[in-house]
Amino acid sequence: MGSTSSTLSKIPNAEELSQETGFTSAHLARLFERFEALDKDKKGYLSPQDFEAIKELALNPICDRIIGAFFSSGQEMLDFSSFVRILAHFRPIDNNRPKEPNSPDPINSRINKLKFAFQLYDQDKDGKISRNELLQVLRAMLEKQVTEEQLESIADRTIQEADLDRDDAISFEEFRKSLEKVNIDHKMSIRFLR
Amino acid sequence: MFLFDNLLCMLLGISFTVWFTLLLVFIIVPAVFGVSFGIRRLYMNTLLKIFEWATLRMERGAKEKNQQLYKPYSNGIIAKELASLEQEMQEMRRSGSGSALGGAEFEMSDIFHFCRRGVESIVDDEVTKRFTAEELESWNLLTRSNYNFNHISTRLTVLWGLGVLIRYGILLPLRVTLAFTGVGLLVFLTSLIGLLPNGGMKSFLSEKAHLMCYRICVRALTAIITYHDSENKPKNGGICVANHTSPIDVIILSSDGCYAMVGQVHGGLMGVIQRAMVKACPHIWFERSEVKDRHLVAKRLSDHVADKTKLPILIFPEGTCINNTSVMMFKKGSFEIGCTVYPVAIKYDPRFGDAFWNSSKFGMVNYLLHMMSSWAIVCSVWYLPPMSREESEDAVQFANRVKAAIARKGGLADLLWDGGLKRDKVKEVFKEEQQKLYSKVLVGGAEDRSRS
Repeated sequence: MGSTSSTLSKIPNAEELSQETGFTSAHLARLFERFEALDKDKKGYLSPQDFEAIKELALNPICDRIIGAFFSSGQEMLDFSSFVRILAHFRPIDNNRPKEPNSPDPINSRINKLKFAFQLYDQDKDGKISRNELLQVLRAMLEKQVTEEQLESIADRTIQEADLDRDDAISFEEFRKSLEKVNIDHKMSIRFLR
Repeated sequence: MFLFDNLLCMLLGISFTVWFTLLLVFIIVPAVFGVSFGIRRLYMNTLLKIFEWATLRMERGAKEKNQQLYKPYSNGIIAKELASLEQEMQEMRRSGSGSALGGAEFEMSDIFHFCRRGVESIVDDEVTKRFTAEELESWNLLTRSNYNFNHISTRLTVLWGLGVLIRYGILLPLRVTLAFTGVGLLVFLTSLIGLLPNGGMKSFLSEKAHLMCYRICVRALTAIITYHDSENKPKNGGICVANHTSPIDVIILSSDGCYAMVGQVHGGLMGVIQRAMVKACPHIWFERSEVKDRHLVAKRLSDHVADKTKLPILIFPEGTCINNTSVMMFKKGSFEIGCTVYPVAIKYDPRFGDAFWNSSKFGMVNYLLHMMSSWAIVCSVWYLPPMSREESEDAVQFANRVKAAIARKGGLADLLWDGGLKRDKVKEVFKEEQQKLYSKVLVGGAEDRSRS
């Protein structure tokens, strides 16, 4: 099955990447093969068009936002390390890893998963989900299936429930609080094999 | 003392005779006449049943430890969440806000489902998957293809041990004997036939001799080959083109038809075989120096093809062994000659072992030993209808067309063929379907609430 060692040698800083993201070298090798498979023109990086070419992704109502999350700093080229760092958000939480007191949170911690989801809503990156941004997401997910009024009423109700400081927008803290009881690990994790 | 020795000698003698008779009756004689008792197919089916059992045991073992089995052939990086949108949302509702109304309402967490689905598609989508999830991933009891060492129970280990004994103790010696017989006969017979004057008798005998020896070699590898569409078999004056996975390809194709081989002159055993073969019928062997001269090569090939009494040439245009999941770029040399091309697709069944020869890793002898100590080599050969170069296309386009046909027939991925790949945007209709589903869950829930 391919030779992991030769694939690994093509990945720059494989060791550091593995430490940072928590992916094993086997995972990294597999992901690198996937990266190369997506990079059809062999540019060495991925562009938004490469993502749009994935048919299954194009079916997703929020595909633009997901692609936007990969290219968040506005750049048009995604190298392998950045690709893997973002995918690391979706690793299941390692409950067994001892938490060193001064080290930063691992990429796949609950907080970071929530931050990732938050940025899918908060497109202008002002740290708050405004009513308008919420409406946009609802429109993307529901489009022609419900009326504009229904959309607005859903948006209003959601903000009412979550907005604790009454500024008509949902900050990250309020977002986090409203999802306290949700099993984030289960919903925002992908089961990587082996 | 002597009595014991005598007894031993007698026993050895008898077993040897029995062994040899069995060999002769069941393997060599059928090979000579081209018939088959069907023993190999029976063997193959039994093996498959055993492999399935072994895999089920491993899966059970893995389930007990709550782990996922590594599936090398599914090319999958992740195990996709199969629950539908509705199921997921109901789960979330129940564990989340604990709303007493039980109806589904929009929650901020709903986006997680779409988000995760999206990222799953990025990591692994169906288009690049080579095998479907339903296909049983069997372990063929060879350590070299086992990635799940920690899931083997004692029963499996015993079975594996038995397998090793059988393969190295019984099958390997048997096969090596056969191989030597086959090759030896080939050299002997072709040299003999070479003494005859050129003519119909010589070609006839040479054909029979070649076929017979190759069939013995096929049995030496326990190769179980299924030939499809034999009506398209290559004819004289054409070129036969096939995808290349290992040197065994030559044996597989030659045991069903006679071809003129093309290749470099080797020294050693190969050289002896080559020199003998060329006495009986015209093969094309090039000196190392001649290989560089493309015009010379092309000329010799065209001359051969022009002579209708000569056998079709067998060429592997990829130039090197590929791992049998895809077809790489064809070198255009053979397509420039301007004669009929008979494409052939060869696909090995990966369940019985990997037939791919990684020439950078293993030498030829090592590789052959590997092959002879596996259970069997199962493959399918498809003869495709002949193709010729059309007016409007050049050699490269013709080569790509043939390559695409071979890849399609063999179920291999056709790489570097992006001629017809259009960038069509996914229809809006499909996106709407997703939205409809989601809204049904939301709005339907709202209606329930208003009713209650």
